[in-house]
Amino acid sequence: MFKTPLNNAHRQLDAKMIDFGGWDMPVYYSNLIEEHSNTRENAGIFDISHMGEIFIEGKEALDFADKIFTRKISGKEDGKVMLSVLCNENGGILDDLTVYKFSDEKLMVVVNASNTEKDFNWMKEKAAEFGSDVEIKNESENFGKIDLQGPKAQEILQKLLKFDLNEIKYYHFKVLKRENNEEIVSRTGYTGEDGFEIYVPAKKTEEVWNSIITIGNGLGLKPAGLGARDTLRLEAGMMLYGNDIDEQHTPLEAPYVWVVDFEKPDFIGKNALEKQKKGGIKQKLIGFEMIDRGIARHGYKILADGTPVGEVTSGSLSPTLKKNIGIGYISADYARIGNEIGIEIRDKLNKAKVVDLPFYKRKK
Amino acid sequence: MDESNVPAELKYTKGHEWVKIEGDVVTMGITDFAQHSLTDIVFVELPEKGKKVYAGKSFCVVESVKSVSDVYAPVNGEVLEANGSLEQSPENVNKEPYGEGWIAKIKTSDSGELENLMDSEAYKKYLAEQEH
Repeated sequence: MFKTPLNNAHRQLDAKMIDFGGWDMPVYYSNLIEEHSNTRENAGIFDISHMGEIFIEGKEALDFADKIFTRKISGKEDGKVMLSVLCNENGGILDDLTVYKFSDEKLMVVVNASNTEKDFNWMKEKAAEFGSDVEIKNESENFGKIDLQGPKAQEILQKLLKFDLNEIKYYHFKVLKRENNEEIVSRTGYTGEDGFEIYVPAKKTEEVWNSIITIGNGLGLKPAGLGARDTLRLEAGMMLYGNDIDEQHTPLEAPYVWVVDFEKPDFIGKNALEKQKKGGIKQKLIGFEMIDRGIARHGYKILADGTPVGEVTSGSLSPTLKKNIGIGYISADYARIGNEIGIEIRDKLNKAKVVDLPFYKRKK
Repeated sequence: MDESNVPAELKYTKGHEWVKIEGDVVTMGITDFAQHSLTDIVFVELPEKGKKVYAGKSFCVVESVKSVSDVYAPVNGEVLEANGSLEQSPENVNKEPYGEGWIAKIKTSDSGELENLMDSEAYKKYLAEQEH
């Protein structure tokens, strides 16, 4: 199994470890719901070192990025982070990812752990196919990644830095030099809270992790596992690759319409997506709230008017809202907010209703 | 992990259910070991009154945030009563697995099978084997 640079730290904290797509990762340290709530109320620190960091470098970095990602990457300022989707020729989602613009000739792409190899090979093949003047480098092993999320995240991180964190705006990043190390700090995350994603050299990850935990101790900071990360992101209406999105679904069916830029001259999947848009989107990913008791789970059937109209992709108790929530694809005819649907749970039909995403929005 | 609480007066199954025997009625729930491994119980799907149950067969479900787990009937029989308070407070299964967290009372149809259950000493040994 793959281990992150923090494997030893998790064991010292007595974390419950699980095999997460081939990675030995903490699912919780003491209690999933407490870790979830503490991230919403104070701050949580997460080991996300399993995610991949792929660099696109060279004279045609921006041009290449515009060709492979659905979103327009050129024309943005240095220091910008952009959420985007990587599609295949059929418009199927190969991955959802963030693109960090260092300069016109250097981009960092942060990808899902399980897709790192696939994305890296895809980018290399496409660069060769287009004859783009770029170099694609998989630097994942050289980076550890720590997410610090929650209303107290900035206060905690600021204690470790001279640099004024107010200068990092939402979905922007800065490269900070500290004791001869370079750390990349972005104001981004996967929880619906304010917070940071911090990329550090693999060898320094445990040191940085420990110093944040020590500083954050008196400020309510607690480590949080992948279990809490999953319920936090679901409340925030964020997609989990492999669960909610995959190559069988397009960004137009998922809530990723806004990262598809049809104005661009061309990008991989554009023709297929234009065709789908013209023909009308047949199914859509929606959020729902259970009316009856019961928790919807991945793969459960969604019914309307007595017939199957879709499938649940994620479902859970929402620790913040104290309701059972879920998301899934359903036939577009039934996707209207407020519509009553049924979720089949162990051969019984349980009532639910379609609601707006996200389920949870933090107060500004 | 810390040693599980295994009360001496109860009987146990290999599926980590506990059983309290009073004549031909048994009260049952899941053990301290089971609630600890499942973590936060957030939902219990209770069996209906009158439901026929069969020893070793699933007859209701407990769910944590991350998992769905079957609960197996410790004996053959019929459900007399389910603990309705778990609908509002499923966390009682975690807090008091042997008390407020009880799941169902079952009227047994065959008292002979009670002999197949483990006593507390046997269950402790069984747990020790599970750990290795």
